[in-house]
Amino acid sequence: MGLFRNDLSTSILKSKTGMSGVGILLCLILVSIFTMVFVPLDTYKQWNNPSSWTSFPKSALPSWVNTFLVKKIPEHQLLENTQTTIQTDDNTRKIIQNFEMDYTYDYFPNDFIYQYTVEYLGTPVLEFDVIRPDGATLHLLSYSLPDLKSNTAYSDKVYSDKVFSTNESIRKNILLESDRFAFSIDNMPSEEVIFSKFNAHEVLKGKYTFVTKISTTDTRSAIHDSKLIVGGKVFGLIGTDDQRRDLAIGLLWGTPLALFIGITVSVASVVSGLIYGVFAGYKGGKTDESMMRFNDIIYALPALPFLIILSVTISNSIFLMIGFLMIFGWVGIAKVSRSMALQIKNRQFVEASRTMGQKSSKIIFKHIIPQIMPYALASIAISVPAAITTEAGLSFLGLGDPSFPTWGQILHDASTHGAVTRGLWWWVIPPGIMISLTGLAFVFVGNSLDRLSRIKR
Amino acid sequence: MGLRRYLATRGIILFCVLMMTLLLTIMLVGSNMDIILKKGVSIQIRTELTENKSLVNSFKDTRELDQFIQNRINDRIKILGLDSPWYSPNRIALSMYKIITLDFGHATFLSSDSGSSLVSDIILEKLPRTVLLFTTATIIISLIGIFLGALAGSKTGSKIDKMTSSFAVISGSFPVWWIGMLMIFVFAFTFHLFPARATPLVSPNDPGYMPALLYHMTLPLITIVLIGFGTWAYLVRNFMINIMHEDFITVKKTIGISQSKIVFQSALKNVAPPIITILALSLSGSLGGAIITEAVFDWPGMGRLYFEAINVMDLPVIIGATYVLTAFFLISIFVSDLLYGYLDPRIKTM
Repeated sequence: MGLFRNDLSTSILKSKTGMSGVGILLCLILVSIFTMVFVPLDTYKQWNNPSSWTSFPKSALPSWVNTFLVKKIPEHQLLENTQTTIQTDDNTRKIIQNFEMDYTYDYFPNDFIYQYTVEYLGTPVLEFDVIRPDGATLHLLSYSLPDLKSNTAYSDKVYSDKVFSTNESIRKNILLESDRFAFSIDNMPSEEVIFSKFNAHEVLKGKYTFVTKISTTDTRSAIHDSKLIVGGKVFGLIGTDDQRRDLAIGLLWGTPLALFIGITVSVASVVSGLIYGVFAGYKGGKTDESMMRFNDIIYALPALPFLIILSVTISNSIFLMIGFLMIFGWVGIAKVSRSMALQIKNRQFVEASRTMGQKSSKIIFKHIIPQIMPYALASIAISVPAAITTEAGLSFLGLGDPSFPTWGQILHDASTHGAVTRGLWWWVIPPGIMISLTGLAFVFVGNSLDRLSRIKR
Repeated sequence: MGLRRYLATRGIILFCVLMMTLLLTIMLVGSNMDIILKKGVSIQIRTELTENKSLVNSFKDTRELDQFIQNRINDRIKILGLDSPWYSPNRIALSMYKIITLDFGHATFLSSDSGSSLVSDIILEKLPRTVLLFTTATIIISLIGIFLGALAGSKTGSKIDKMTSSFAVISGSFPVWWIGMLMIFVFAFTFHLFPARATPLVSPNDPGYMPALLYHMTLPLITIVLIGFGTWAYLVRNFMINIMHEDFITVKKTIGISQSKIVFQSALKNVAPPIITILALSLSGSLGGAIITEAVFDWPGMGRLYFEAINVMDLPVIIGATYVLTAFFLISIFVSDLLYGYLDPRIKTM
């Protein structure tokens, strides 16, 4: 066995494809570990909950496309406040927060949203201004927050709200400044005015500072959480989908899932097929005949239609799906390992141990199965891609487990939202590449293992 | 004798498989089927009553009417044999008998393009389209595959051999349906060369339907061929390599017969049996595997019918389509066994 393990690693490392297969596989495993350790588990549980993705842009391109473009597309930005100043007098308190951003893009942003959570008593006034790169200050909004005492729902003195760029008061405040613009801003969305030059309707690049000021008579009031979202059309490494989900997170979570599905299915079906086939071959006679007839029956069942019916009628839970895939996975392995067992059982060392009176279970596990091990390992690697693509295919048809963001699931969403015909390539290409890459890695490893098992035979 | 016995056992096994598939399908969808059938009966009786106004008016109050309807429904259910549960041997035997004689009944939701709701009509309408697309694809794939495989196998280690092998491995790892999405993206969305949906907009009765269908077929056809031929070429190559080491080839080489003549005449003839077997298998195997591909391209064939039936849980259609797909699959296994026995005389002596 020790010698065999040595052969194993040298044969994989010798061939270039084997090496690259191992390389890709290592990367995928690292990605899985990274995902499980660093990406919050919440993102995965909330994958199908649209309300947890509201601060993300809708179908945004990946942000790296800007490197290839002459005119830069604005990036979606979630800004935390850069500076908080609190001025406290005897009975007044001003909380000022600054949000700074460097706007260097060639298009106007989609919108902007100010999100905040404040704790207060009374009715403080919220003011919202922007200082532009040219030094001009535009006053956007001032309004008083509701008195929480009158509203029993907010008994805990905490109030959260969002200010949208479509806010009517912001529009009116900006219209007051229409003299400063050399063009008509009457029917223009607020963000296009705020980010525009005075003399022409073009993007004014540079540093913008959004300032929010809360003035109150309550000296204990505080801003708990605040965020400024400047809506853009590119976001993250992979972009986002129609439901504003960050596709990078979906792809990351898909990696451990795909490896889990593929490896579980292939290991379980190869092991059961191996034992079934070896047992049939070793016993021979009537046992062999009837076991192989049963094998023939499963072999002739049309797999995909059955998998579909099973997942529709019984359950589409991912664990049951793994079980269903195993039902169809072991058959071919059983056939081959039976014929191998037939050869091996007539060799002298097996016959010797039989005459010595060893139990047949011991002979099978001690003498026959170790001989077939190289073939079994190769089969495990080679049958992983089939398991992954079949699961992806079922998910693609909408029969997968909706609670898990698998790659097939993402492609299913893309297909139902017409991503292909709308040209949302970043939604379609990455999941498919991940599926194919994973498949390729296992095929590469499997092929070099297979070569070894042929030599040994 | 050997061959006949072999074929007989194969035939019996395949028939058993067909029956088992049917039994499994009926068992899996049976309980749902029962509910649907019973609902159908009560709807039928209620509509019969609403059409018969004089009968409805002869009742004194609604309770009496309800009583009457309930009795009618119970009678009808008894006549149809629905009173015993779906798993009673009688009912399973009856439904299996019906299906074997190709009596699939009426579809619950779906209908054929011509408006018929008979499951056999629907299947007969969709089957030719699937055959058209996938048979054409399989034939093209096998032709390219045999040619490339023969070339690669006769010159092992050459550039063409390496390219064929690596293409086979790589193309085998891509899901066909994903490549289909990419093809739609490139050829339908970016270049507007082909339509994105493969269902023609012309009505099937129009004389222009066939050309439209063929035009819509191009994109799926290219995709299937692109993904398929690599694996084929690789298989043929491996068969060829074994043959090229045989003595008679070496003799022919030493006599001085040209390489291409050896490859395409002598060697190919000898790899014919396994190739034809695989051809028979993949011809019908493609019918079942077409479900996802047809769903991507929206090709109006058996695969999409199956997918639609699953989506709306149209059980008679599901059972009918499963039966037809399985039957085709098994027939092709049987035919390939037959062919193998015929083409390779060695098997007769086994």
